Amino acid sequence: MLELRNVNYSYGPSQVIHDLSFNLEGGEFLCVLGPNGCGKTTLLKNILGLLSPSSGSILIDGEDIRYLPLTRLAQIMGYIPQAHTPPFPFKVFDVVLMGRTSYISSLAVPGKEDERIALESLEELNISHLKDKIYTKISGGERQLVLIARALAQQPKILIMDEPTSSLDFGKQHLVLEHMRHLSQKGISILMVTHDPDQAFFCAHKVVLMKKGRLLDIGTPEETIIEKSMKDMYDIDVKINGMKLPDNRTIRVCIPVPKPSKLVKCRIPLNSFRGGSKLG
Amino acid sequence: MSKYFKWLDLGFIRVILLVLVPIVAFLFSFAIGRYGIPVSQLLSTLYVHYFGSSTAQASNLDTVVFNIRLPRIIAGMLVGAALSTAGAAYQGMFKNPLVSPDILGASAGAGFGACLAIFLSQSVYVIQISAFVFGLIAVLLACLINKHLDYDPTLGLVLGGILISTLFSSGTGAIKYFADANDKLPEITFWLMGSLSSVDKRDIASIIIPMLIGFIPLFIVRWRINVLAFGEEEARTLGINTRRLRFIVIISSTVITAASVSICGMVGWIGLVVPHLARSIVGPNYRTLLPVTGILGATYLLLVDDIARCLGSVEVPLGILTALLGVPFFIIIFKNNVRGWK
Repeated sequence: MLELRNVNYSYGPSQVIHDLSFNLEGGEFLCVLGPNGCGKTTLLKNILGLLSPSSGSILIDGEDIRYLPLTRLAQIMGYIPQAHTPPFPFKVFDVVLMGRTSYISSLAVPGKEDERIALESLEELNISHLKDKIYTKISGGERQLVLIARALAQQPKILIMDEPTSSLDFGKQHLVLEHMRHLSQKGISILMVTHDPDQAFFCAHKVVLMKKGRLLDIGTPEETIIEKSMKDMYDIDVKINGMKLPDNRTIRVCIPVPKPSKLVKCRIPLNSFRGGSKLG
Repeated sequence: MSKYFKWLDLGFIRVILLVLVPIVAFLFSFAIGRYGIPVSQLLSTLYVHYFGSSTAQASNLDTVVFNIRLPRIIAGMLVGAALSTAGAAYQGMFKNPLVSPDILGASAGAGFGACLAIFLSQSVYVIQISAFVFGLIAVLLACLINKHLDYDPTLGLVLGGILISTLFSSGTGAIKYFADANDKLPEITFWLMGSLSSVDKRDIASIIIPMLIGFIPLFIVRWRINVLAFGEEEARTLGINTRRLRFIVIISSTVITAASVSICGMVGWIGLVVPHLARSIVGPNYRTLLPVTGILGATYLLLVDDIARCLGSVEVPLGILTALLGVPFFIIIFKNNVRGWK
């Protein structure tokens, strides 16, 4: 479905992405992991057609995205950015309707069919009750779900997400992830950039590890997210273990175990903090 | 009831008000003025003008109504609608609610053009053309600076607009400095303050085409301006050709702003205040907001011009009044605005 072939990208003289190749199949959930500044966001911008690779190509169903018009691209790929607030207090429904932009002639406004699809997208995520709320006044988690609904209104084959859970609380993060997992089971391919290896364990079929713009490893989460690769990417020691869920899935978790010697030396004795003495 | 007004997405009462208020303001503006006309006489004059026998001599009343008041009323409504619509479109495009139509230098350029023509003792007609052309040139230069900077497109445009505005304002200052203090300088100063007092039929004829060239495309792309408010990258991933849409918005807004300034001089604050007023009534969706802004802008400038006509024995310059009224108006809107802001 989505195929990257030897993609290179440079901002001026500095090369950000080096010879990157991987595939995303239909219905597959792929997570991209990597430290800050490793080129994840640049990679997304290349895939979304906002930037063009310096060399190499990005193909969707065998067609180079460089030659696809923006509207066609928007009908295939839905982008879910991190929720931010626009300067004007749009209604949630109007925001979701904007997902229909690529289907609406440039001389027209949304019609009945577009409104029906926008409503369906809201129902899909169980947020129909937000329809008439003001987008700038709902909570961050709700805003993120509205943006997912907007992307669904594009009726895409692929969803692209840039750390969609980064500003959400613990519960909302997993609500969003659960929705995404559900969408991938329905056959939508998902490419998600994340900072959290646990999220990759939780929902990914395939993981791409990146470091300094190069592909470090690719494979299932169990194969790729291991003590060695985590140390390599984030320069931190981790322990990885499995936990059995009631539905017989075994979910792995990744826990950092920093070495005490590496921490900044703390001259204040720990038990001098308030409460510390009570415990001690 | 609201179902019948689905295309406007407004309730019945709001739609009726939006239709009635401008009409009432329109009729009201005929009646008042230094030469007061009672409504009954106004109606009979209108009747005689359109349905009366052609041999009847044009009365004094007829001259006042059709050669003086009507052009002025139409010009006021066109200019009010133009400046407000351009302001609303720019606020969406720049993702900034504090932007007004002169952000890209259209007013500063047009002001310079007019001053130059006055300085060179040109006719009223040349002054208008010069204002219009320099307004376009200023915006074009601002866009060129943006292209040259190759920076974030909206920030680059604002920066270009500021630079060009400064350039043309200093040009205007220089012309004022060299102008003859006995006749040219007062004329320039008065022109810059803005007024509709000298508008006649020919002025309307000369701006009607630029106005249509600007209004029609803005009306057509109005829904898409919503998407631009989410930022360059998101708009593109939603399938909007942002460069083309920005081009349409800038060209259209510039043409109507420059046309307005060319016949009535600098009238500030309308493009900033009226979009906020409209937003507080109908919400931020440009599908409804843009036409409503136009209607309200037309009504607002018409009423302000009525005040300018009637306030004193000498006309108060329109630009001074719009700014004077704009400030308290703005504070009231911001204070009470629930839907349109925050």
